[in-house]
Amino acid sequence: MFSRMKTLLAGAAMVLVATNVQAAPIKIQWWHAMNGVLGTDVDKLAHDFNASQTKYEIDPVFKGTYPQILTGAIAAFRAHQQPAIIQVFEVGTATMMAAKGAVYPVYQLMKDTGQAFDPKSYLQAVTSYYSDANGNMLSMPFNSSTPVTYINKTLFKKAGLDPDKTPTTWPEVEADAKKLRAAGVACGFTTAWPSWVLVENFNALHNLPLGTLDNGFGGLATRLDFNNPLELRMWTDLAKWEKTKIYDYGGRADTAYAKFASGQCGMMMESSASRASVLASKIDFGMGPLPYWPDVKGAPLNSIIGGATLWVLKGVPKEQYKGVAAFFAYLSQPKVQAWWHQNTGYLPITTAAYDLSKSEGYYTKNPGADVAIKQMTRGTPTANSRGLRFGSFVQIRDIIEGNLEQVVAGKKTPKQGLDDAVTQGNALLAQFQQANQ
Amino acid sequence: MIAKRVTFKRTGLPLALLAPQLAVTGIFFLWPTFVALKQSLYRSDAFGLRQVFTGLENYRALLFHGNYLATLERSGFFAGCVTVLSLAVGLVLAVMADSLGRSGRIWQALLVWPYALAPAVAGVLWAYMFDPAIGPITHALAHIGIDWNHVLNSGEAMTLIVMAAAMKQVAYNFLFYLAALQAIPKSLMEAAALDAAGPVRRLFSLIIPLIAPTTLFLLVVDLTYAFFDTFGLIDSTTYGGPGNSTTIMVYQVYKDGFIDQRFGPAAAQSMILLLLVGALTMVQFTLVERRIDY
Repeated sequence: MFSRMKTLLAGAAMVLVATNVQAAPIKIQWWHAMNGVLGTDVDKLAHDFNASQTKYEIDPVFKGTYPQILTGAIAAFRAHQQPAIIQVFEVGTATMMAAKGAVYPVYQLMKDTGQAFDPKSYLQAVTSYYSDANGNMLSMPFNSSTPVTYINKTLFKKAGLDPDKTPTTWPEVEADAKKLRAAGVACGFTTAWPSWVLVENFNALHNLPLGTLDNGFGGLATRLDFNNPLELRMWTDLAKWEKTKIYDYGGRADTAYAKFASGQCGMMMESSASRASVLASKIDFGMGPLPYWPDVKGAPLNSIIGGATLWVLKGVPKEQYKGVAAFFAYLSQPKVQAWWHQNTGYLPITTAAYDLSKSEGYYTKNPGADVAIKQMTRGTPTANSRGLRFGSFVQIRDIIEGNLEQVVAGKKTPKQGLDDAVTQGNALLAQFQQANQ
Repeated sequence: MIAKRVTFKRTGLPLALLAPQLAVTGIFFLWPTFVALKQSLYRSDAFGLRQVFTGLENYRALLFHGNYLATLERSGFFAGCVTVLSLAVGLVLAVMADSLGRSGRIWQALLVWPYALAPAVAGVLWAYMFDPAIGPITHALAHIGIDWNHVLNSGEAMTLIVMAAAMKQVAYNFLFYLAALQAIPKSLMEAAALDAAGPVRRLFSLIIPLIAPTTLFLLVVDLTYAFFDTFGLIDSTTYGGPGNSTTIMVYQVYKDGFIDQRFGPAAAQSMILLLLVGALTMVQFTLVERRIDY
């Protein structure tokens, strides 16, 4: 706390100095949630930007987990001590968007500061999640990923399956999983981030809405309605498969990852950003897109993303905003983006960075690394696959996963579980609407 | 007889001596409580840009809608299980250690160890031991035909956190019980033994009534612990799941307030918790303090 105040004071002092003497750079605080290797990568981004010019200095501060950053930033904002840039996970988007007096939309920032900015150079499937109904970019995509399918090639061979063929449809997943089980593998497939994979992306892939009013893009009056026949069929199958361990529920967040990494499950649906960890686990693995139901017309559409974006907060000293805009422009440069993408496994956010990685031969050298981006960019995003904009979504995810758990454990019928998830989630949406109107 | 009170002639010095404590209490306890109380009467967005006074609406919503009553019930069940389990095990261990005499010292030292473990660390250890995918105990259980999966089975999840929470408190209860047992005059026990009362009879007719004041004290301490100090444990093992089956009151406050930024309902819940801890403290002061004769 005190050290932060000190840096803030130091920052303020520097700002004062900067107006008189040109030399001292303007300090800009950036709160992020990237620790470990990713934290080092973030530091390098900031360092390289700082070295590229002399006017501004980005100061990256690790602030804990995503929820901690959001809570911390809100507390700081209420105390008028907010940083200029905060990293917010995708499910916090609605909270940030609703806080009109607190956030400085990126498109507005770029316009106000006169920074050259071409929204069309960004990958639509990435930016659409973070744009308003008119397509204006509200936050800067930073680390984006999407769920894909991983297979354990060793176990596939053991079961007499073709290790170079990742199943692409649900019937294929079921058939492969059955063969894996018959060969003595403990579980066929598992899913990390159950709500993200089995509900959010599932509906997007099949061009079905998760909620009304274009998944919440159309306003706060949105309500969930994903208790559709296809989702019901999926949950019914999951409950059925759990009994014979064709499917094995592996817990919330990415705890299911352990089931795949320990060689218990032959397949896993998990974030594309986990590729690096799977690589490190020494498992001989293959990657493919998420499965879909082939009897659904128009499927599969593009998948939707997860990860986080950078939001700009209002109320910091004015001269910092030009620096923020310059930093965002720097981050969007093809070279910087391609480095970030190749180094971390997150998706590139501009077409140019994707093309650059292609021409550098990155994808031929790293098979599987382009599965996510191909899946993200296939077809044109519809209102159902553009993204989600629901308030209280962290808790709604909890509710969805809580009900899925009860269905898979046989405590609720799939219909009851789905209906309950929708009803309970809608109660939170109603409260969010009231609080933010 | 020693005078119970030390009296000062003037009020200046005692006030000056009290001032630091009063300041700490005021700044760190009373002020936040007041802010929480105020917050609980408002409906506000996350950033506090729009605040609407809603009176007792947050409380009404908690008590008449949604699943807060279930959370209350669950918290009571959890606290009850933890308290009973840790009291019983603590007493049995204390009786056994006490009967060992001098050689019991090493056991005493060993049994106190778990108390030094931070709840979050204990949680991580338990979560690992019972992990459905990689836990050694899970593997051992599988050999005897038990398919342990607290990620899906709510009963097993509750069992896990009750065991983990009780484990820590057993050490604490053990210490107090051991002290209480050693305070029982040897002559009393010998007289009972001469009257042909066996160890079990002595435990129920003599020891348990004699250490009742300790039990009452520990009851309050254990309940308070189970209600309020188990957040770290749950956050590192079950995250309140599966479903909501291990979401107790403190965890619900965290979920609503810190994950979901719904500060109004979270503040109302913390007020309810405050009332609860107030009630427990009252019980402690009126019943326990009065009965125990130092």
